[in-house]
Amino acid sequence: MISISMDLQLALAVLLFLIGLIGLLVRRNVVFMLMSIEIMLNSAGLAFIIAGSHWIQTDGQVMFIFILAVAAAEVSVGLALILQMHHHFRTLDVDALNKLRK
Amino acid sequence: MNVFFYIAAIVALISSVLTITRHNAIHALLYLILSLLSISVIFYLLGAPFIAALEIIIYAGAIMVLFIFVIMMLNIGMEEKIEKGWMKPRMWILPSILALIILIDLVSMLYQRSGVEVTGKIISPKQIGLSLFTTYLMVVELSAILLLAGIIGAYHLGRQKKKVIHRYLKD
Amino acid sequence: MAVNIGVIPALPLLAFIILVLFGGQLKKKLTALTGVVFTAISALITIIIGIQYISTILPSGGNISSKLWQWFSAGGFVADVALRLDALSLVFCFVITFVGFLILLYSVEFMAGDEGYSRFFAYMNLFIGSMLILVLADNLLLLYLGWEAVGLCSYLLIGFWYRDPVNITAANKAFIVTRIGDTAMIIGLFLLVFNFNTLNIQELLTKAPIKWAQGSPVAIAAALLLLGGALGKSAQFPLQTWLPDAMAGPSPVSALIHAATMVTAGVYLIARTHVLFELAPMVQTLVAVIGAVTLLIAGFSALTQHDLKRILAYSTISQIGYMFLALGVGAWQAGIFHFMIHAFFKALLFLAGGAVILLLHEEHDIFKMGGLKRIMPVVFFTFFVGSASLSALPIVTAGFYSKDAILWYSFSSSNGNTWLWVAGIVGAFITALYSFRLIFMVFYGEAKILPSRPAGNLIKVPLIILAILSVIGGFIEFSLPVGHLHLFSSLLSKILPPTILIRDDSSEPLFQIISSIISLLGVYLAYLLFLKKIPLAEKLSNEKIAGFFYRGWGFDWFYDHAFTKPYVWLAKINKNDFTDYFNKGLAQLTLLFNRSLGTTQNGKLRFYIMAITIGIALILTYMMQI
Repeated sequence: MISISMDLQLALAVLLFLIGLIGLLVRRNVVFMLMSIEIMLNSAGLAFIIAGSHWIQTDGQVMFIFILAVAAAEVSVGLALILQMHHHFRTLDVDALNKLRK
Repeated sequence: MNVFFYIAAIVALISSVLTITRHNAIHALLYLILSLLSISVIFYLLGAPFIAALEIIIYAGAIMVLFIFVIMMLNIGMEEKIEKGWMKPRMWILPSILALIILIDLVSMLYQRSGVEVTGKIISPKQIGLSLFTTYLMVVELSAILLLAGIIGAYHLGRQKKKVIHRYLKD
Repeated sequence: MAVNIGVIPALPLLAFIILVLFGGQLKKKLTALTGVVFTAISALITIIIGIQYISTILPSGGNISSKLWQWFSAGGFVADVALRLDALSLVFCFVITFVGFLILLYSVEFMAGDEGYSRFFAYMNLFIGSMLILVLADNLLLLYLGWEAVGLCSYLLIGFWYRDPVNITAANKAFIVTRIGDTAMIIGLFLLVFNFNTLNIQELLTKAPIKWAQGSPVAIAAALLLLGGALGKSAQFPLQTWLPDAMAGPSPVSALIHAATMVTAGVYLIARTHVLFELAPMVQTLVAVIGAVTLLIAGFSALTQHDLKRILAYSTISQIGYMFLALGVGAWQAGIFHFMIHAFFKALLFLAGGAVILLLHEEHDIFKMGGLKRIMPVVFFTFFVGSASLSALPIVTAGFYSKDAILWYSFSSSNGNTWLWVAGIVGAFITALYSFRLIFMVFYGEAKILPSRPAGNLIKVPLIILAILSVIGGFIEFSLPVGHLHLFSSLLSKILPPTILIRDDSSEPLFQIISSIISLLGVYLAYLLFLKKIPLAEKLSNEKIAGFFYRGWGFDWFYDHAFTKPYVWLAKINKNDFTDYFNKGLAQLTLLFNRSLGTTQNGKLRFYIMAITIGIALILTYMMQI
């Protein structure tokens, strides 16, 4: 159907990943950090699909299904943790977690 | 057909950038959903219609909705002032530089290979199903266990214990 | 039965290793068993090999050698771990293992209440093993290894009760003073390597007369340096100050190390390398003079001491002076004979004295003791026999034969001198005087302190055995007008050359009579002064002179002011020199690293994420370069 060089597509995946990474580094709110992680996971899945499509095999798509499962589990647990954090510290600032050290 | 790819790609990029720069959490989430939708389009163009459907159903439909529920529960959409205070422009410098370095590294590594083209031949769900349940059976079971762990963890961590004060201490 | 002679030192060293590894966990009886049995087997093997050797190999003039392995080889110089048993080392091995075994047996009861029980036996076995290596070594480098090891054991055992700082100071003093001698010795070894490219003793003894003329400066230097080492280890003038203080260790230690064996290492060294000393007659005479001077200094000091063990310590210094005197006048065999007899009676005296001190609740002052003759009969009797041998009472004691031979040779040998003989005779008189002073003060008179319990068998049996040896040991080598029996010197004759006499044998009985009379006079004077307590004692004693003798003729004071204090002053003013900056700087650099690394563990999540990202960037950049 389409004929685009793989490098360009992978470059797209890399760009998305890095956007997620920047988001993770810059934001201080825990929910936004989790969102940035989702962007990164998604870009990794995109890379897998690209590779699977290049080899015309099902492996890439199967991998994406697993990444999906992992992302789902991670989001549910992460959000539960955020709820606990909010309950304890009354704020969603990630720097409040520093208090856990003392 | 290539043009669709480029459009979807640009939309994905812009919406991702907008996601991470918004102050309002709900706005950011909506942009994220938009990004997921455009990536789903790319999946379809790459010959993975099943995955495209899954992306929308599970990722945009379930995971993001979960996010929205939690944000609404926490009621943080209105705390824009705090978000603005945290996001000063000078905070973007170092992450941008680092991302730039990594970008240059990865992209140069990519372009060392000669341009290989992707044709986008469609792979049907039947093939994926067969592959899942024959070659990758073990991983399916493992991901089932992982989801089980996720459920248990989420339930346990999400519980709010009520503080019980003894009636003699209540005053 | 063919057993490799390497087994003889190996067994005590094995006991050391076992006790070091498991000593804390073994029960007391098993510890004692391990500590004693290995040395006992060594003694047995020594005796068996000795008998075989004497009956078969010796007549043909051979020896038993055993090369165990090559230690190292560097630029043409080869050093092996190789042992060689000949008559001289056989005598020493016998004394070390047998007397060592008896002392270990005694220690089983003596040290029974001590918390460092297994540590004690470990160190003692290490010592016995090292001393055996020293005497069995066939090259001077291995000998030096044993030399240093026994020095270490001496330090460990003197400071055995390390919680008391006095003991630690004594141990340090012993180690440092012997170190001075050891340094001289290693320079001497370098000189020998430089000249002969080997330290194998037999090769040295054959090559040296060829290369060096008699009296040449090189030979004199080498002999002097080796003598320096011997002086340190054997506590002779001027390095004798450490031995009296070394009495801070337990009595078995004093018996084994500072009476019977370690301090005689210098005697062994000189006897072993006698060819080098014969090549430098000046040094040999110096040996005799030092021996004579030391025996007088130590004798006079022993006369004024109160502490029982210090008397015996000075007595040891004095008797080794006799051995040095013998070696110096060329009476090699007589010197070794006196070593063997001295080992018997001096170990006996230390063990018996130790029993007295132990049972009188750690009382060391002889003026506070008395009347133990009836209360501790076995100890008294054996102590008496030992002192009699020390004073060389005529005919019945072994000490008579050995000391008398030395006195005779000091007068009559080609290297001998009338003055040396006079010194020896005066020394004999003083010896008899102080040893019977000791007996009369401790065992006669009225009892001031009573012993807490009677001595057990493990204390009594070694004392009795050593007492028997102190008497009959002399009978293998005596030359009385009634007959001559020279078993001992014929044993050693292949190794050590016979003494060259310039006066003939016939005047020997006269000298024997003179020395017998002098010893008996000494005993009588002691009887008068200390038993009957005639008023002459107060007139004879002069506070100042007695004090001078008591403090060891002021050597400690002199060394302290001449060497120690200037050195300490120098160290004080040099406290902050640039090497300190280097060391401190290193420490501060490490602290800096620690603090900076510590800041990375700050618990801030975003810091960690940033760190991970920087790491990814660096790694990817690095991978891109490749």
